[in-house]
Order: sequence, then structure tokens, then C-alpha cells
Amino acid sequence: MSNRVINILVPVISVIIGLIVGAIVMAVSGYNAVDGYIALWNGIFGDSYTIGETIRQITPYILAGLAVAFAFRTGLFNIGVEGQLIMGWAAAAYVGYAVEGLPKFIHLPLALIAAALAGAFWAFIAGVLKARFNVHEVIATIMLNYIALHVSNALIKVWADGGDKTQRILETASLRSPFLESMTQYSRLHWGIIVALLMVVVMWFILDKTTRGYELKAVGFNHHAAEYSGMSVRRNIILAMTISGVFAGLGGAMEALGTFEYVGIKGGFTGIGFDGIAVALLGANTPLGVIFGATLFGSLQNGALNMPNEAGIPTEIVSIIIALIIFFVASGYVIRVLLEKFNSKKEGK
Amino acid sequence: MSFLDVLYFIIPSAIFYAAPLILAAIGAVFSERSGVVNIGVEGIMVIGAFVGIVFNLFTVDVFGDFTPWASLLAALVVGAVFSLFLAIPAISLRADQTVTGVALNLLGAAVALFSVKLIFDKGQTEFITERFARFDIPGLASIPVLGPMFFHNVYGTSILAIVVAIVAWFVIYKTPFGLRLRAVGEHPMAADTMGINVARMRYIGVMISGALAGVGGAVYSLTITNNFSHATISGQGFMAIAAMIFGKWHPLGTMGAALFFGLAQALSIVGGSIPYVQDIPSVFLLILPYVLTIIALAGFIGKANAPKASGIPYIKGQR
Repeated sequence: MSNRVINILVPVISVIIGLIVGAIVMAVSGYNAVDGYIALWNGIFGDSYTIGETIRQITPYILAGLAVAFAFRTGLFNIGVEGQLIMGWAAAAYVGYAVEGLPKFIHLPLALIAAALAGAFWAFIAGVLKARFNVHEVIATIMLNYIALHVSNALIKVWADGGDKTQRILETASLRSPFLESMTQYSRLHWGIIVALLMVVVMWFILDKTTRGYELKAVGFNHHAAEYSGMSVRRNIILAMTISGVFAGLGGAMEALGTFEYVGIKGGFTGIGFDGIAVALLGANTPLGVIFGATLFGSLQNGALNMPNEAGIPTEIVSIIIALIIFFVASGYVIRVLLEKFNSKKEGK
Repeated sequence: MSFLDVLYFIIPSAIFYAAPLILAAIGAVFSERSGVVNIGVEGIMVIGAFVGIVFNLFTVDVFGDFTPWASLLAALVVGAVFSLFLAIPAISLRADQTVTGVALNLLGAAVALFSVKLIFDKGQTEFITERFARFDIPGLASIPVLGPMFFHNVYGTSILAIVVAIVAWFVIYKTPFGLRLRAVGEHPMAADTMGINVARMRYIGVMISGALAGVGGAVYSLTITNNFSHATISGQGFMAIAAMIFGKWHPLGTMGAALFFGLAQALSIVGGSIPYVQDIPSVFLLILPYVLTIIALAGFIGKANAPKASGIPYIKGQR
């Protein structure tokens, strides 16, 4: 078994163990695990409507996953994707309803750019704190998540004149598509998936095809060596964080311009940003891997919605499974050792 | 409202809101001092809040007046056990502590809500009937000015929190155990060379953290919300971590920071009826603890140093 195969096997095994433990939890709590997984399956692939909804759910996960993965590749741990996504959501919705009289080909990109900038700005703060003041990005971004939640809620309250959600965005800023909707029995599937896949290519291009991407990775890999070879570590940290925030902000735009078409006051986090960590980990922080990770978690989350109706099982079971998968991927060292032992035994025969 | 009336109103509520933060933050100090970053405090607090309420609801006939305290004990045990989800991967399996901590937060919320739906068939529990009684501290309550501020109508849980902080200071700085704990967090290889069992000290550190975070969560649900739902614990765990950083990983500093955050929380909740404070948009009070933490970390309030080995798995023989 080559290293590459092991790199792919570790997440696959983690997912399988996660699903098995999930089944055990269901059985122990007196539910029928088989019914549960059938309901989950039907909630993902049941008909063209659920498939449309599943793809819609995958869309923001791809962008959140890219944001976390990009930061990871440059040696940063961006737990702040959640906050950056919330800021992006608010910015896109605001531009979406408040800027009037523009044609679609200007208004829609404008709203997307607003979201990207909002996310980038929120991440930029954490980048500057890290580069200039040596504040660990994990703590800074956690704090910024809460600040984002409260600040966006306060802004929404002002925008909505004291109400709890803004007006709907204008048609000219919407990602909704009658074509995609009619194809999927009027699900909320929208063009955002194209934006997300485009950004996958963008991340691959930046990291693997540009000098700047090489610098960013070099700083992440060993910042002393990078410094020694004449790269500005500080500038690269800020830049890496900001680019990560662009992905996160666009993730918020998917919700603002595609799924919901407004922004409302939130009692708590959306969870998309935190699941993005799982997506990135599972995808080994590569752009292509993120697509797989996002597909898995987006499907699980959307399929979970069907579990209470069809099998009477609370949706939280899927959150438990996702959390367990993260544990197993994080503890990948053990799976790795076991795989290598198993491997050497086989070769020894 | 005179200035003194405002103080009589706001100081007791600040201490009241600070108690869960103090407990969870002191727990986090133990974990980080041993060299394990515990981002999962929030998840453990959720579990603690859940256990506290459910235990209270189901054993109220058994324990009577003692029920709230018994519930705290249950949350303590469950919190310590639940923290093994962080301890085992982080200490024994060389997992990334931050990632594992994030997973712990997801797991805590998911398990608690799943169980609530399993037991109560809806998203929240009933309200508890047996609550912590408030009392006046005899003698001290009759001191003029200070009496009504600090010793009148106090919760036992607030006293518990302050006692825990003082005991933690003593344990960490004045006992051989505390010295070993700090050694393991600063330089595990040196500690190992001196014959200290690094893994065992770290397990103890994380489990104390879990126990105290569990109690903190239970104090929050048993004194403030009186039931459990998805919104019961919303950020208190992270605020506890913030208090730990703000307090520079020192138990007494941490308690001070938690008290201050409690004040901010109290102001954002009861501020509407206090002159001047009611004119400040509530969002500023809500984000205050988080902004202050960033400012503290940025070094504007004196340099704070985390335990050196915090966040790094200890692998024997690796230099």
C-alpha cells in the first residue's frame, strides 16, 4: 500500500466507523438503525426534489471547506469561517435588496463581491492580529465569530427597521433559476453550485499554479525557511487569511442570494463554518477532496431532515455521526499505524 | 435610581452571571496548564447543563431540597467522563487538540439535543421545580453598603465558584501536584526525564477541566435558564476560554476576568433599566468580552504567555 492509498483510506475508514457507531447509538436508543439509514438515503437521493435540495446544501459546504482547507494549506487554522460566512451573508443580502436599478450582470456579481469582501475583511482582521501582534488565529477567529454574530444581528435589526429579517433581495441579484428549479420538482437548487465549483478551480490555480501560492504554502510549511529565502512571512499570513475569508464570504452569499434570498437575525451559529472544518479534514485539504467532503456532509445534513418524518429519529443523530467522523480523522494516526502493520504483515507472508 | 441603587442591582447580578464562567474557566486553566488546549469547554458545558436539568427533574423526589446540589455532582461526573473524548485522542492518539476540541463542541450539542428529544419527545425539557435557594450570609449581610452588595440574597453556587478559584490557585502554585502539572505544560520532555508521568498528568488536567466545565454548565442551566434547550449554552464556553486568556492562565486573574465578563453579560441583559447604560446599544455590551480578549491577546494589557507546550502532543523520544 502506497502512502497515497493510505491517505485516501484513512478518511474512508473514519466515515465507515462513524456510520457504524451512529448505528450503534440508534440501536441503543431504541431506534431501528436500518430504518434510520434508509430514511437518510431517501432524504439524499429519494427523488429529483431531494437531489436538488442536497446539491443546494452541498454548495455552501464546498465554499466553507475551501476556506478552511486554504488556510490549513498555508499553515493557519481558520475556525472563523462561521463568522466570515455570516458577514458575507449579511453583505450580499444588503447589496441584494438595497442597490436598485442595475442589470443582472452587474448586480449579481456586485452582491457576490460584497460578500467576498465582507468575509475577506473579517478574516483580514484575524490575519493582521496574527502577523502584527502574534495573536493565535484560533482564539482570534473564535472571538470574531461571536462578534460577527452580534454585529450582523444588530445591522439586520437596523436594516429591517426593528424586524427580524430584511426584505427579499431583488430579482437582479438572485442566483435562483427557474430552469434548475423546474428540473428538480421546484427544489431550491440555484446557480451557486457553479460559483462553488469555479472557486474550487480558483483555489487549485492559486495554490498550484502561481508563485504567490507557492510562497503561501512555503510560509505555512516552515516560516523560518520562508523568511530566510526572502519571503515576507507577515504579508503572506495576512494574504492567506484574507483569501480564505473570500471563500467563506462567498459561502454566505450562497445562502443570501440562492437559498433564502434574505438575511435574518440568528439565535446561534449556522454550523456551516464549523462543518467546513470537517469537510476540509476529510478532503485532506485539497480542492478536489473538498468536493468529496462537502458532498458527504451536505448529503448527510440534508438527508437528516428526512429522518424524523420517515423513521422518527431526531436529526441530531447525523451531527453525532459528523462529530465522530472528525474525531476519527483527527486520530488518523492510529488508523495509519494499524494500516501499516496490516500491510507489512501481508508483505511479510 | 441612585448610583448606590444601581450598584446594589448590578453587582449581585454580575456575580450571578459570572459563577458558571468562573467554574468553566478555572477548569480550562487546569487543562491548558497541563498542556492540552481545551476548545471543547463549550461542548462540555452543554452536556453539564443538560445533565444538571435532567438529573434535577428525575431525582427531585429522591433528594428533595438537596436536588440542585446532587445535580451539580452528577454534572461533575458526566463532565469529567465526557472530557475523555478530548483526552484520549489528544493525549494518547496524537490527534490535533484544536480539531478534537471543535469536534467535542459539535458532539456535546448533538448528544444533548438528541437525548432531550429521546426523553422528552420535543426540543426542550420541562422547567425544574427545585431550585437553588438564596440566602443572606449571617453577620456579613448587615455590614453597611458592602453587605447588601455582596452578602445579601446570595447563591451558594457563587460562593462555590469563588472558593474553587481560590483552591485552584493554591493547588496550582502551592502544591507538588500543581508544580508537576505546570511542568508538564511547559516542558513535557524535561518533566518526563524527572520521572513525571506526562500522559497521566494531562489526563488529570483535562478531566478536572471537564468536571468543572460540567459543573459550570449545570450552574448556568440550574440558576439562570431553569430548563434545557438548544439555546441554553450559547457561547459561555468560549467566553470561559476568553476569561482564561484574559486572566493570563492564572486562577485568580481568570476569576477576575470572569467576574468582569459576568458584569458585561449582566449589563447586556438588565441594562435596559439602568440609567446611562440603557442608552448604549446592546450590541456593544454583547461583543465587549470578545473584543477585550482580542485586545488582551494583542498585548495592549501586558504580555500574557500561554503554557509553552500547550497544544502540542507529547511523543516520547521526540526532540
